Amino acid sequence: MIEVKHLCKSFDDKQVLFDINAVFEKGKQNLIIGQSGSGKTVLLKCLVGLFQPEEGQVLFNDRDFTAMNEKQKKNVRKEIGMLFQGGALFDSMSVMQNVMFPLQMFSDMSKAEQITRANFCIDRVGLEDAHSKLPAEISGGMQKRAAIARAIALNPKYLFCDEPNSGLDPKTGVVIDKLIEEITQEFQITTIINTHDMNSVLEHGDYINYIYKGKLWWKGDKTNFLATDNPELQDFIYSTEILKRLKPSR
Amino acid sequence: MQFFFNFGRYLVLMKKAFGRPLNFRYFLRQLVAEIDAIGLNSLGIVAIISVFIGAVLVIQAGYQMQNPLIPAYTLGYGVRESIILEFAPTIVSLILAGKIGSSIASQIGTMRITEQIDALDIMGVNSASFLIFPKIIAGLLSFPFLVLISMMIGITGGYLAAVLWGISSSANFIAGLEYWFVPFEIVYAIIKATFYSFLIVSISSYYGYYAKGGAVDVGRASTKAVVYASVAILLSNLILTKLILG
Repeated sequence: MIEVKHLCKSFDDKQVLFDINAVFEKGKQNLIIGQSGSGKTVLLKCLVGLFQPEEGQVLFNDRDFTAMNEKQKKNVRKEIGMLFQGGALFDSMSVMQNVMFPLQMFSDMSKAEQITRANFCIDRVGLEDAHSKLPAEISGGMQKRAAIARAIALNPKYLFCDEPNSGLDPKTGVVIDKLIEEITQEFQITTIINTHDMNSVLEHGDYINYIYKGKLWWKGDKTNFLATDNPELQDFIYSTEILKRLKPSR
Repeated sequence: MQFFFNFGRYLVLMKKAFGRPLNFRYFLRQLVAEIDAIGLNSLGIVAIISVFIGAVLVIQAGYQMQNPLIPAYTLGYGVRESIILEFAPTIVSLILAGKIGSSIASQIGTMRITEQIDALDIMGVNSASFLIFPKIIAGLLSFPFLVLISMMIGITGGYLAAVLWGISSSANFIAGLEYWFVPFEIVYAIIKATFYSFLIVSISSYYGYYAKGGAVDVGRASTKAVVYASVAILLSNLILTKLILG
């Protein structure tokens, strides 16, 4: 479980996040949603330690990540997997080498064990034929799957996904969402997904946190989501004509 | 003010870059790859530039030394001194600042904007050490050899131009090369080249590492890396020359 308490973040004089309090539970897909520029990527980067918040705490199973020194943070980071918006695969390495990388750096496994584990992860995301291919030689969807394989290589307790299906066609986007959902449940990971894709929200979100102008404006589960009477959230959900037709009449 | 900000951040980055590698075997593999990229891949350009500069130096010096009062060996002596003291370490380094500096800055800059550096940081890898340290060591190991090779090829180019175009006889040119030779000059050139290699790699890495934005910004970072590395070479050339020979 990850808990965020009174988190605030500013850049120069501009405050981006205001007093965020949230809980992200284990084995669930916890979504952070909001418009572009609302602060959700900043929140995600504060959670993984890429940005240092001015105030507040980020607790990984009651361990205060924000108060840790670099050495302590390094130990927590070994439990974190992250899927970046663009995949962030190392472009000079093949898919296999990308997945092997965290194992080579942090595991005590023998070479044979590393290969077995990397093969398992690559096969798990359905990239059986892409082991030796470079990131530039595979499609965007395959890159995302390879990035998921790399993210789960060390059996992480926490998985962070920054807009996992952005830049993908709807069908591939659904495949990626489904894969993340399966992995979350299969390995009982605390998954946090940053998205503004309404299909992902409605299909796969277990718990939803809506960020509006840097504040946690609404939180709740999927069942309460569509029926919300929060005007800003309603405005976000029913922003397209198709979704407006789904709006429950009162 | 901006200078002090950049200089301070550069020093902090260098402190991070000299961190202990996480996996020594992996570091050695990276080091070999970087020696290939920085050293071996620069051999061609170093050879071409050196041979032509050596030849041109001889033609120009020969043109200015037509006075019969100037000893015949002066040409070989002058060419040797110019190449060893200044051309091989400094001019070659300036050219390599363009080739290697832009390559390093754009490589690391692209990794920054495509979040590959963030990925390393989140995994708990010291990204500065992982990316920069092998390059610095590869530069320190490669540059002295590149400079020595440049000296040999430059002097050979000069010799061939002198003999083939009849500017000097082979015997006179070789006598000039041997005249009053101070071996410390080679050490001096290697010290300079080693120092320049650190400046080129570290400054280029700095501009790549802190690149932000898109492709245009990576291009800008690459240009800045070459410009500042070149200025740093020229400035340190003056200081090192004064300190060692002054």
